Amino acid sequence: MARILLTILMLAPLLAATGMERFPPPEFKAGHQLPETATPPAREALRAYIDVAVLAAALGLAAWLVLRRRSRRGVFVLMVFSLLYFGFYRRGCVCPIGAIQNVTLAVFDSSYSIPITVLAFFLLPLAFALLFGRVFCSSVCPLGAAQDLVLFRPLKVPAWLGHALGLLPYVYLGLAVLLAACGSSFIICQYDPFVPFFRMSGSLHMLILGGAFLVLGMFVGRAYCRFLCPYGALLNLASRLSRWRVTITPDECVKCRLCEDACPFDAIRKPTPAGVFGRTEGRMLLGGLILLLPALMAAVGCLGNMSGSALSRTNRTIQVAELVRLDARTPQGDPVDEVVAFRRTGRLDAELFQEAESLRRSYERGGWLFGGWVGLVIAMKLIGLSIRRTRIDYEAERGSCMACARCYRWCPQEL
Amino acid sequence: MGEEQRKKLNRREFLRFGAGAGIAAAGGVYLAAAHAGADRTVWQIDPDKCIQCGNCKTECVLATSAVKCVHAFAMCGYCELCTGFFEPQPNSLNEGAENQLCPTGAIKRSFVEDPYYEYIIDEELCNGCAKCVKGCSSFGNGSLFLQVRHNLCLNCNQCSIAAACPSRAFRRVPADHPYLLKHRETEG
Repeated sequence: MARILLTILMLAPLLAATGMERFPPPEFKAGHQLPETATPPAREALRAYIDVAVLAAALGLAAWLVLRRRSRRGVFVLMVFSLLYFGFYRRGCVCPIGAIQNVTLAVFDSSYSIPITVLAFFLLPLAFALLFGRVFCSSVCPLGAAQDLVLFRPLKVPAWLGHALGLLPYVYLGLAVLLAACGSSFIICQYDPFVPFFRMSGSLHMLILGGAFLVLGMFVGRAYCRFLCPYGALLNLASRLSRWRVTITPDECVKCRLCEDACPFDAIRKPTPAGVFGRTEGRMLLGGLILLLPALMAAVGCLGNMSGSALSRTNRTIQVAELVRLDARTPQGDPVDEVVAFRRTGRLDAELFQEAESLRRSYERGGWLFGGWVGLVIAMKLIGLSIRRTRIDYEAERGSCMACARCYRWCPQEL
Repeated sequence: MGEEQRKKLNRREFLRFGAGAGIAAAGGVYLAAAHAGADRTVWQIDPDKCIQCGNCKTECVLATSAVKCVHAFAMCGYCELCTGFFEPQPNSLNEGAENQLCPTGAIKRSFVEDPYYEYIIDEELCNGCAKCVKGCSSFGNGSLFLQVRHNLCLNCNQCSIAAACPSRAFRRVPADHPYLLKHRETEG
């Protein structure tokens, strides 16, 4: 009896399976061999480690060229190499800029663990920035290299515009982190203007955007790096703390201001003699701005919270919920692909709506943080502008200097 | 600048750098310990979720998509009238182009033994449009399905097909098990 039961139990999955197979696979009389389903393997793991090693070597070399050799020519050669290797050979993926989102996803989504090589890509340039300044930007980043090579006749960006646009990378960083954390797509990668060139293919609007950045880059030095790159924002912060950095002149500065003209990124500050600004006024302004900081954070945070709903529409689950709701309300006509796919899962509408609602709330919560971050960035910028430091010589600004080594060539004191 | 002043400046610089390095090191160690894994990931399509919408053909950043039709031969019924191969109302059951569903003629049909025919995908020609997959899973055994081919895929950090997939069939899978193949239920 038990054996019969066992046989029936063992046959049960077979019976269920025949239900799936409308036409039972044949038993060939002549013993026909079924072909194998080919499964070409993924890229070897070793290659990813080689990429990390090349990155580390290039960063080390860049630091040596910028800080010890002080060689613009060396930096240029390394830049071309990086463009060819990380850009055209490796097709620009994974880069440290996009890795921001992998790190974010790994922190917020427990089902995703970041590959150690991607983490290395994220951390190595930051570590080098802490030690030597933005040597990654100078000659290792393929996006920077592409723009640096097309730089033909740099124009000065007016200071007010430069400061205002300089806030964008922080806003973009906050937005990308919010969207990656809440499970929308990786926008930095999706809207990377140069990767379509590296791949030699891509959608038309991305190619146009990339082309526009390259044309702009002929006249405005590294427009993407300075006014959009979210990783540049992180490197900017890190290089403000850097242990070693670009010193324009190896000897005493003769204040010829040639370096200031040579810098295409407006990163060199003029000397400001002591006692030009009234100290009391300055203190009052600074105090006011520090008081303004929390107010600004709260105000922009509130705006962020209000935009949470709009931002949440970038999430696929919320889009599907919206479409399903629309379909349930007006069921005539063929349902769209999203609705078809959802119906096939057999899940209940209410379940989906509930998931979408809780997701929407997490976007609103994230909106608070995002807005707060933007408020903080604006307030810190104002505070930074109101602090006037006495400068004796022409100096490269710690955060925005991209260590391109152009100023060395112009300094009359350079041997 | 006096000696004393320079010393003070150096101390400030050192503290600055130390604080930065400390934060970076702590962050790096935290990320590496709590969130990093040795597994690299690649993109793959879950054939059970795929609804053959046709986006794989158009959304890939490559000129010809890295998504190809794959055949699980063990599931195939070897039908003479294959709904993945033939147009809905074919003129006759032969390999004439007017009878074929595949817009690029990427499926090769060959006679095995009466009444069975074998269907093999020429991946050079396949553009991942999923017309055959739809035909096969609607009326046949569902032995044809789409997979990302890793000899072609650039493994973009954000797969642009995944971003456009209406059924969210794309997911990251470990690089050492890069395929989600269909099997006969009885094979497990």
